[in-house]
Amino acid sequence: MSKFKFAMYWAGSCGGCEISVLEIKEKILEVDANFDVVFWPVAADFKYKDVEGYDDGFIDLCLFNGCIRNSENEHVANLLRQKSKVLVAFGSCATTGGIPGLANVANAQEIKDLVYRDNPSLDNPDGVYPQERYTVPEGELELPHLYDTVKTLAQTIDVDYFMPGCPPESHQIAAVLDVVIAALKGKGPLPAKGATIGVAPKTCCDECERVKEEKKISSFRRIWEFIPDTEQCLLEQGVICMGPATQAGCGARCTTVGMPCRGCYGAPEGVIDQGAKMLSTVASIVDAPTPEEIAEIAASVPDPVGTFYRFGLADSLLRRARV
Amino acid sequence: MSDQFEPRLIGFLCRWCSYNGADLAGTSRLKYPPNMVPIKTNCSGRVDATHVLTALKEGADGVLIAGCHPGDCHYINGNYRTAGRFPLTEKLLEQLGLEHGRVRLEWVSAAEGDKFARVVTEFTEEIRALGPLGWGAQFRDESAEVVEEAVSA
Amino acid sequence: MKKVTVDPITRLEGHGKIEIFVDDDNKVQNVYFQIPELRGFERFCVGRPVEELARITPRICGVCPEAHHMAATKAIDAVFGVEVAPTGRMLRELLYNAFYVTDHTTHFYILAGPDFIMGPESDPAARNILGVINKVGLETGGAVINLRAEAAELISMIGGKQIHPVCGLPGGVSQAITAEQRDRMVQITTGMVEFAKFTLQLFDDVVLGNNDYVDLIKSDAFTHATYNMGMVDADNKVNFYDGQIRVTGQDGSELEKFDGSDYLAHIAEHVEPYSYLVYPYLKSVGWKGFVDGKDSGVYRASPLSRLNAADGMATPLAQEEYERYFSTLEGKPVNATLATHWARLVELLYAAERAHDLATDPEIINPDVRNIPTGIVGEGVGVVEAPRGTLYHHYKTDDKGMVTNVNLIVGTTNNNAAISMSLKKAAEGLIKGGTEISEGTLNMIEMAFRAYDPCFGCATHTLPGDMPLEVTVKSEATRDVITGVKRNM
Repeated sequence: MSKFKFAMYWAGSCGGCEISVLEIKEKILEVDANFDVVFWPVAADFKYKDVEGYDDGFIDLCLFNGCIRNSENEHVANLLRQKSKVLVAFGSCATTGGIPGLANVANAQEIKDLVYRDNPSLDNPDGVYPQERYTVPEGELELPHLYDTVKTLAQTIDVDYFMPGCPPESHQIAAVLDVVIAALKGKGPLPAKGATIGVAPKTCCDECERVKEEKKISSFRRIWEFIPDTEQCLLEQGVICMGPATQAGCGARCTTVGMPCRGCYGAPEGVIDQGAKMLSTVASIVDAPTPEEIAEIAASVPDPVGTFYRFGLADSLLRRARV
Repeated sequence: MSDQFEPRLIGFLCRWCSYNGADLAGTSRLKYPPNMVPIKTNCSGRVDATHVLTALKEGADGVLIAGCHPGDCHYINGNYRTAGRFPLTEKLLEQLGLEHGRVRLEWVSAAEGDKFARVVTEFTEEIRALGPLGWGAQFRDESAEVVEEAVSA
Repeated sequence: MKKVTVDPITRLEGHGKIEIFVDDDNKVQNVYFQIPELRGFERFCVGRPVEELARITPRICGVCPEAHHMAATKAIDAVFGVEVAPTGRMLRELLYNAFYVTDHTTHFYILAGPDFIMGPESDPAARNILGVINKVGLETGGAVINLRAEAAELISMIGGKQIHPVCGLPGGVSQAITAEQRDRMVQITTGMVEFAKFTLQLFDDVVLGNNDYVDLIKSDAFTHATYNMGMVDADNKVNFYDGQIRVTGQDGSELEKFDGSDYLAHIAEHVEPYSYLVYPYLKSVGWKGFVDGKDSGVYRASPLSRLNAADGMATPLAQEEYERYFSTLEGKPVNATLATHWARLVELLYAAERAHDLATDPEIINPDVRNIPTGIVGEGVGVVEAPRGTLYHHYKTDDKGMVTNVNLIVGTTNNNAAISMSLKKAAEGLIKGGTEISEGTLNMIEMAFRAYDPCFGCATHTLPGDMPLEVTVKSEATRDVITGVKRNM
């Protein structure tokens, strides 16, 4: 029996998802036994042209990571959707926009002005900017069109499954691959379409071993300002921690070493907008005698957008800043 | 009808105080602009940023939240949560480029029909002056905007 | 004129494409190396609390997140003007050297290894990790998997996660380690030193024992005489975590040496209209275009250049290897691009030794790992050696530590001009008038690129034969395909 066909692609991403897949250790041999790689730019030299030549649905499993940042990302997303049976939005960038989604506080022109005109190390007296179509003496060169607004994968194409995390934990990836291999062999069901996979029930707080008691914050503190207690909940110590508004699945890696969660596993089930939910939560636990004092403490959170929407701005209700 | 811009406003009113205050404005025959759609919530503390953002996303030009005066909340401290959430939501919206004044918080008791009418009238005019928010209008299909003309050296 | 497009470039982190223009006689007219992506980190970091940049900037690269994490943390130290607690510094450096071990291992065994261990013109079907394992033994593959897993374990004990660690804070790190964790780290780093020695022995037996390959390393097609940049400690020995930046020239003499905070006086960036990535060069020499030599400001920053720019390695076994490397290659500096692979292994051994030294230092379990800032300067530069080149993070903040400005010069970016030149030289040397574009041509072009390891390797995945590659030659006028070559497709 021929092997199943596997593809993995990176759009506006960092490569961490690729590394996480490769960290599944011995399980990689099982993947190799069951799949042929037919497109994976990091690992094999198949070209876009090859994918264009495949039949529709040729690819059994495609893991697509990275946000949609430019026209090339969108083109390849459409192409892979056409050629894939099962397509997974893999990692925080594909599911909710991720950290590159923070670029939605600006637009393409602002980014280019900074990188090619304003940066202090630049030597560009003629104001050269990269051009999407450029004629050189020998012929013509092209670059992708940079979008103003970063999109998630589901805002661009139809997605079968969502697997959050920055990156998704390797043990979660291994578990998902088991399910997929079994399903492809007819030995088990696939999850319902649209499901979020590779996660655990409840929120990150459930996996965090710190002691949680009552949440009453009289002032918020930035993590560098003091040495936190190693046993007590960080939020209770006044440090904004996204745990309560973040899906479980990562094993609470960050709080284990004394750093607050930043929400990379995305919103828990049933929550439409992770940032709005956490903002509301944080404000609700302020403890002060008068509404005026409560208001002052709540408003002291230094960077609502960057804190509550660190990984999910592109996927939020408002999606971007108006510039 | 005039050509002037008619703001579309959403008002989240708590059922114990402000919604009754709105009713009182009505039974007292007080005149105020019809631009605000009232939504009754059990408590102003039920309103979270999700509701406010959804309203703005779906086309509201402004959002009002009204609740009981501090100390009068039927649920004791629900409105204290509102007191904290509102300024933080405002700070978020400022970072997202919305003009100050698009969202507003007021304490309106069941006996304050006149206050309710005044607040809605003021708010409507303030938003009229700010103009439409039109949040959805800034999103477009950028895949169709690829450059065709080549630039030469 | 015909345009030969290689798109996308594969086996690297990120996106890239190569456009090769040949005339009707197949003589190379020009080669353009284009980077088609730009995400805007320098823009969207503005407005964030500065300490968060140590967790935001690693998302520039998920293969070397530790490098960004460290550069950011050091810049944040400087922004707050806070001294780093000694054990905090040790834990950072231990994490960082363990990262170097795993990263250099990944590149050597999976990306570079096949070319070296099998030979550049060996059967393509075997010129991959499977061939390597067959030649050197199944145990080796398992050893590579195991080493990477243990490095990830060590890094996670300090940093929470290996991919995107989180522990860096101004003045130190977030948490101390226990004696138990330290014992495990001693075990792991001992294994790392053995593994590094084994790898160098492997290189000796299989690569240096092969005259054809040694000739290839020394060949002109893969040689550039650029300036060399690398970070050195007070004794001018290679250090990845901290030191000054030293630049040496074609004759090996020192051109300049500077503190990271002075980088703007020494490095500037040139822009071309056909790529989103800029081209750093040395200001004191100037931008003279895509050429090497004494009068061109083009420089390289890589294992090759780090060894050239330093006077030696700070640990004994690596120092022995350093001396052997230069004596075998007959002089210093070494300008042979492919020798980078060997230089990388010398660094691998140093990183393992250094990690072991730190893990066995009794102070490593000191519970005092962080100093709290007491004021704020509002500006700071953090510099480390990323595996692919010197990495600069420069931040400015307001008086509350909220970011107002960010400028980054990232590892591989240093080599942008050099990579362009290497590709052109390789293409000119290999695409000959009148001859077909052969499989050897394709592999050689890849090798010129692959030596720089632009931030990625392929780790433990076993390949389906060798790298499939297709080159199509299209008429510029009609865009019809004139000819094409496929390999393994």
